[in-house]
Amino acid sequence: MTTAVSTRLRQGTLGTSAVRPDANAKVSGSFAFSSDMWADGMLWGATLRSPHPRARVVSIDVSAALAIDGVSCVITADDVPGQLTYGLIAQDQPVFARIGDEVRYVGEPVAAVAADHPETCRRALAAIRVDYEVLDPITDPEVCIAGTEDLLHPDGNIFREQRVVHGDQSITGEVVVEGTYVIGMQDQAFLGLEAALALPDHDGSGVELYIATQWLHEDRKQIAACLGLPEEKVRLVLGGVGGAFGAREDISLQVHTCLLALRTGRPVRIAYDREESFYGHVHRHPASIWMRHHADRDGRIRRVEARVVFDGGAYCSTSPAVLVNGISQIQGPYKCPSALVESWAVRTNNPPCGAMRGFGVVQACFAHESQMDKLAAAIGVDPVEIRLRNAMETGDVLVTGQIVDDVAPVERCIRETAALPMPPLSPDSDDYRDIPGGSGLTADRRHIRRGVGWGVSIKNLMYSEGFDDYSTARCRMDDGVVTVKFATAEVGQGFVMLAQQIARSVLGVDEVLLDTIDTQIGSAGSTSASRQTWMSGGAVDAACRAVRERLLDLVADRDGLDRSSLTIDDLDITDGLSYRRSVVDAARGLRIDETAEYRHPPTEDLDQNGQGNCHVAFAFVAHRAVVDVDVDLGLVKVVQVATAQDVGRVLNPLSCVGQVEGGIAQGLGLAVMEEIVVADGLVRNPSFTDYLLPTFLDAPEVVATFIEEFEPKSPLGAKGVGEPPCISVTPAIVNAIRQATGRDLPRVPVRPSDICL
Amino acid sequence: MTKSSPPSLDYRLTVNGRPHEVQDSWIGESLLYVLRERLGLPGSKGACEQGECGSCTVVVDGRAVCSCLVLAASAVDSEITTIEGLGADQALSDVQQAFIDAGGVQCGFCTPGFVVAVHHLLSNHHDPSDNEIREALSGNICRCTGYGRILEAVREVVVRRRSS
Repeated sequence: MTTAVSTRLRQGTLGTSAVRPDANAKVSGSFAFSSDMWADGMLWGATLRSPHPRARVVSIDVSAALAIDGVSCVITADDVPGQLTYGLIAQDQPVFARIGDEVRYVGEPVAAVAADHPETCRRALAAIRVDYEVLDPITDPEVCIAGTEDLLHPDGNIFREQRVVHGDQSITGEVVVEGTYVIGMQDQAFLGLEAALALPDHDGSGVELYIATQWLHEDRKQIAACLGLPEEKVRLVLGGVGGAFGAREDISLQVHTCLLALRTGRPVRIAYDREESFYGHVHRHPASIWMRHHADRDGRIRRVEARVVFDGGAYCSTSPAVLVNGISQIQGPYKCPSALVESWAVRTNNPPCGAMRGFGVVQACFAHESQMDKLAAAIGVDPVEIRLRNAMETGDVLVTGQIVDDVAPVERCIRETAALPMPPLSPDSDDYRDIPGGSGLTADRRHIRRGVGWGVSIKNLMYSEGFDDYSTARCRMDDGVVTVKFATAEVGQGFVMLAQQIARSVLGVDEVLLDTIDTQIGSAGSTSASRQTWMSGGAVDAACRAVRERLLDLVADRDGLDRSSLTIDDLDITDGLSYRRSVVDAARGLRIDETAEYRHPPTEDLDQNGQGNCHVAFAFVAHRAVVDVDVDLGLVKVVQVATAQDVGRVLNPLSCVGQVEGGIAQGLGLAVMEEIVVADGLVRNPSFTDYLLPTFLDAPEVVATFIEEFEPKSPLGAKGVGEPPCISVTPAIVNAIRQATGRDLPRVPVRPSDICL
Repeated sequence: MTKSSPPSLDYRLTVNGRPHEVQDSWIGESLLYVLRERLGLPGSKGACEQGECGSCTVVVDGRAVCSCLVLAASAVDSEITTIEGLGADQALSDVQQAFIDAGGVQCGFCTPGFVVAVHHLLSNHHDPSDNEIREALSGNICRCTGYGRILEAVREVVVRRRSS
């Protein structure tokens, strides 16, 4: 059957700026974030963490803590009934460090307490006595790559070593440019801190956990294993999530909270403060990337060589996958017939690193886009021209041998970005807020130089290397009332709104109820990798279409109509002749319940030469940044960022703009301000006073346009929009600062001293 | 609480025009903690405990403050307005509605603090320039939106108020 296409878009359907169903609650303060969860008789939980980057735990004495009034229990590794370790790829991270074992980073959990008040918890933690034999940490990844007999973990010091050998290895270029680029450790810095509430079953046989996470089912799998419970005894409900950006993929407080609740038989809430949050979740991998580009005299890339090192910190998390993402897209969105890449993700005693928006491609993009400007300079063309000459098209090949069979409008991204208006050369006024240094009043316009820079990127969508990250959705139509259920983590991106838009479009109703987001339905996969619009959108779409088919079957039977002629037109069911009845009315007395799973085509592991169809799909974006730089003080004001992004199809215009503007702010943060400073394994700035985030005054004007070329591979024709905005904006800004200052600036974030000293 | 802890206090706070009894409160509790954990007003959010992010913004005696930095017991004689005290008769305020209309809400964790801060800004300044808006709200961190839609929301309120 076919669905009649309306000539106008009904508000709330696909393509309109539908309103978020959680918007009213969020603006009025009544939306329940996981940190707002509360239960009668609730205890507070807190975690004791290692102060050393590397030490052997000699003894733990909890007796003084237990003696404090109000303390209900103290737990250590001895109290973990199931698996002692967890992890997304390798289960190498202890729930708590055991006596006799090593702690491997500052902040590693050693014990946890439950008590009647947060202050009691703090006192109890202070009363736990842990004796450590302090050991020399390994904090330089090169030590692990060179090979050392000093193993940091029984699993070894290398998470993954991967070569990529592609094309004719004898190719050299007439023009050769090279450089080494360093990326600092960025934090996701979501606003809503880690928090969870665990409710033990009355008989102690199971637990319910309200949790802010990106992937309920993966959490449940890891929690149940550590608790020694069958998965059905561990029920997870999504607590309101205050942002994620990758930092909620891994286990943080989930197991601890459940253990305390099961031990005490009472509800337990753990809520991290900001300092603990810096220690409690993984960060973006710091990286060092050497690249050499070979090109012909016209600047066409003939070959890239790269040596890529990602510091994964103490535990594996997603390091192997982050590495593969980076190296498989190291050529950027450009044609490249030959490549040789050596790469490592290694274990050190630095903070553990894992997923953050961009997932390995951010690091690679900073390197390849820095190289593209060097290549432009070497052959004497401008940064736009060099990128146009090399722009990837559908059918081109990655260095992994994979053919990019997606819509690949790289040239359009660049040209349409270039066509966006530039900001005025200088504002009308000398408003200090428009000048680098801002309210510090440190500069006037005579000291300021302007620069313009470019960045273009490719980003894979969905999980890779054989992972079956399917998604599940259920749609019910009961007496005309439509309810959609899924386990898709709503972290702020707006999937709850998109699910309603899909149901409205497919089913011809305006009111769509959303069931609780929990583990009482199959997995949705993670809210990661720009994948939920495609994957969970595909599942909701399939479930709703199945309901629509069933509805039309039932209506045809009941009302004696020709089934083949029935369609849904706007809000009505019609046979195109005399029958026309609203969907809600026609569905009265009918109960339809359909569940659907959506899967993407299978992918492959990379082989030993880094060859294989490891990715599902790709999206592209271009960024142009305009900056003003106070070269005397090294201060930067990002004036404007222009961008054209390949989105397949805009499903919600306002939401797309929000993703683009938000991603650009995060990429700006990595370019000029955000870094977790780590020295000898110690985090020096675990606070919002010292870890600088872009404020309202730091955010640039954003001029954005969307390139809509329907992606046939995607169930809705749309590509994920979440990650691309934060990727190439970072090198665009740095290339602009380079243009303004003439400095090399091989490292992000660019610090004032990198510019002025 | 433990016997060794400082004495707990009973006191009364005036929040959103209503008196609230606070009982057996440890003296070190912040206004943010007492609002959220004792008075059932969890709309104010905590995200930094250092006055850096503005998620906990409330108005105390006409001044916008970070409630994480105010000792609750020091606010006994003050008029406190929280996000729960904005809007009237279950209806959204113009600022709240504009945040929705302009797309200023994503994860929403910063939103209550922003809404309180915008109300406070516009009650003191009826026609702020873009840069005045940016500066006035630079103590409120948003990690999702990049601030563009929030700026748009504030502009909309200014225009609507001017034309009404």
